[in-house]
Amino acid sequence: MSAPTSAHEHPAARALAGRHRIRLWEIIPWLLAIAFYFAFPRYLGFGTELLVTILFAISLDLALGYAGIVTLGHAAFFGAGAYTAGMLAFHHIWSEPITGLIAAAVVAGAVGLGSGLVLLRTTGLTLLMLTLCTMALLEEAANLGGHYTGGFDGLPGIDIPPLFGMFEFNPLYPRVQYLYVLGVLFVCFVFVRTLVYSPFGQSLTGIRENTLRMHAVGAPVRVRLIVCYTISAAIAGVAGALWAQSNAYVNLSTLGLDRAATVLIILVLGGYGRLYGAFVGAVAYMALSHFLSKYFPTAWQLGLGLLLVVIALFARNGILGIFETLQRRIGIKRPSP
Amino acid sequence: MIFGIDVASMVLGGLAAGMVLFIVSVGLSVTMGLMGFVNLAHGAFAMLGGYIVVLAMKSWGIGFVPALAVGFILTAAVSIILERLLYSRLYKAAELDQVLFTIGLVFIFISAVTLIVGPENQPLFIPDALRGQLNLGILHYRTYSIFLIVVGVTIVLGLWLGFERTRFGAQIRAAVDNRRMTESLGINIDRLFTITFAFGSGMAALGGGLGAEFLGLDPQYPLKYLVFFLIVVAVGGPGRVFGAFYAAALIGVLDFALKKYLPQGGTLFIYVLTILLLLWRPQGLFGKSA
Repeated sequence: MSAPTSAHEHPAARALAGRHRIRLWEIIPWLLAIAFYFAFPRYLGFGTELLVTILFAISLDLALGYAGIVTLGHAAFFGAGAYTAGMLAFHHIWSEPITGLIAAAVVAGAVGLGSGLVLLRTTGLTLLMLTLCTMALLEEAANLGGHYTGGFDGLPGIDIPPLFGMFEFNPLYPRVQYLYVLGVLFVCFVFVRTLVYSPFGQSLTGIRENTLRMHAVGAPVRVRLIVCYTISAAIAGVAGALWAQSNAYVNLSTLGLDRAATVLIILVLGGYGRLYGAFVGAVAYMALSHFLSKYFPTAWQLGLGLLLVVIALFARNGILGIFETLQRRIGIKRPSP
Repeated sequence: MIFGIDVASMVLGGLAAGMVLFIVSVGLSVTMGLMGFVNLAHGAFAMLGGYIVVLAMKSWGIGFVPALAVGFILTAAVSIILERLLYSRLYKAAELDQVLFTIGLVFIFISAVTLIVGPENQPLFIPDALRGQLNLGILHYRTYSIFLIVVGVTIVLGLWLGFERTRFGAQIRAAVDNRRMTESLGINIDRLFTITFAFGSGMAALGGGLGAEFLGLDPQYPLKYLVFFLIVVAVGGPGRVFGAFYAAALIGVLDFALKKYLPQGGTLFIYVLTILLLLWRPQGLFGKSA
C-alpha cells in the first residue's frame, strides 16, 4: 500500500474500505448452529428444515435485497432443484448427494437464466406477474409430467446413498443430514458474502438504489441483473435439493405460491439486503409459527397477516432494522474497523 | 353445422367466465393504472363480496340481485375504510412494501373468513329464473351463462359511458395518463382515488358473487385466482377498461377451449401465452408504451 492520502483517511472511506471485513459477532450464528446439534438431538429434523430455509432466504436476499428484483416466484427455483435431485435419485440415474446438489444448481440456474432473460426486461407489475407465471408454469408441468415427477403425489421414498460412502442418511435420527446441510449452508454463505462485497455486488446495490444512474455510468445493468438472478436461482436450487435429500421425498409443495410467499415473509421479517436477515427471519418465523399454531391453531394465519401489515407499515427493515434504529437512538456507534 | 354449434357454445361458455373475470379485475386494472399500486388483495374483496351474497341470501332470505347490491355496497364501504386508514400510507412506498402489505391483508381475510364462516366451500344457489336452458334459435344454452354475458356487456358499456362521457371519467383518464399534470390542474387525486378504489372493490364483490356459482367460494379464493386476475390486468394493460374487457374475454374463451380439447395441460398454455405476450408487449395489449 502506498502512502495514505487524506482521502483514504476519511472515516467514510475507511468504513467503506473495511466493510467486507469479518466482524467478531459473525461467528455467533455458526456457534449457535453447532450448539443446537449437541443441545437438541431430538429436534435435528426441525433444525435441518430451518437451515434449508435459511439458505433459501439467502438466495432470495441476493435477488431481492441486493439487486432489488421484486419476485413472488422464487419457489420456482427451489422446486426445480428439489425435482432435479429427487428425480435423478428416484429413477436411479444419479443418487450421490453432493453431485446431486451440483446438478440441481445447474438446472435451477439454467431455469433462472432462461426466465431471467425474459422477465428482467420488465419492471413493476409485469415483472411480478411474470415471476408468478413462471412458477405456476413449472408447478403445472410437474403436475402433468406424472410419469417422471410423480404428478400430484410427488416422489416418495427417495434413496440417498451414504455421504462420502460413509455417513448414512437416517430419516428418524437426522444427525448426518443436519451437519451436511450446515456444511453446504456455510459454503454457500461464504460465497454469497464474498459476492455481495465484491465490485459486482456493489454494482447490484447501485442498480437497486438508482437504476438510471447505473445506466448513466455505463454499468451493463441488464447483464448484471441476469447474472445475479441466475446465481440466486442456482442457490435456491441447492436449497431445494437439500430439502429433497433430507426429507427423502419431493412434492408439488416445493413449487407453490405458499413456499414463495413464506420465504419472502421470512426475509422481510429478518431484514432484507443484510445477509443475516435470513438467519434472524427464519428463526423468528419458525418460532412464531410454532408458537401461534400451538396456542391459536385456527388463527395463526391471522397473526402472520397482521405481522406482515405491521412490517410493511412501520418496520420496513425487519428485526435487524429495528436493532439498527435502537443502536442509533441510544448512541452506540458501529465498531469502526 | 355441428362443429359451428360446438364452437358457438364454447365461445359462449368462455365469454361467461371471461365476463366474471372482467368484472372482478376491472377495478384492479384502474387502480393499478391510476396509482401504480400493486394490490394483491383485490381478490380478497371479490371473496368478501361472494360471502356477503351467499350469507345474505341464506340468513336474510333476500333474492340474488338484492344480495349482489348488498355485497357491492358493504364491500365498497369496507374498502373505503381500508383505503383511508392503511392503503393511503403506502402510495409512495416501495413496491415490495405494497406487495407485503397486500399479502398480509390477504392472509387476514383468509383467516377471518375461516374463523367466522368456516373453511368449507359455500354453495351459491342461483334463482330458478336463471337456471335451465335458453333457446337461442340455433342452440340451447345455459341461461345463467347468457345472463352473465348480458351483465358483463352492460357493465362494460356503462363503464365506457362513465369514462368517456362524464366529468369524473375524464378526470380518471387524465390521471391515468399523467398524474402530476392532473394534480396541477387542481383535481383532488386522493378523493378521485378513494372513489375509484371503492367502486373497483364493489365491482370485485359483484364479480365474486356472480362467479361463485362456478368458481366456488372458499377461504383460499384470493390466492387461487390471483394469477388470473393479474394476467387480465397485465395483458389488457393497467388502467385500460376495454383492455381488461378484451383480455378477460380472450382468456375466458381460451381457457374454456383448452380445457375442452386439452384437458391435461390447458392452464400451462395460458401461462406460456401470457409470458410470450408480455415479452412482446411488456405494457400489455392496450397499455400505453412506456
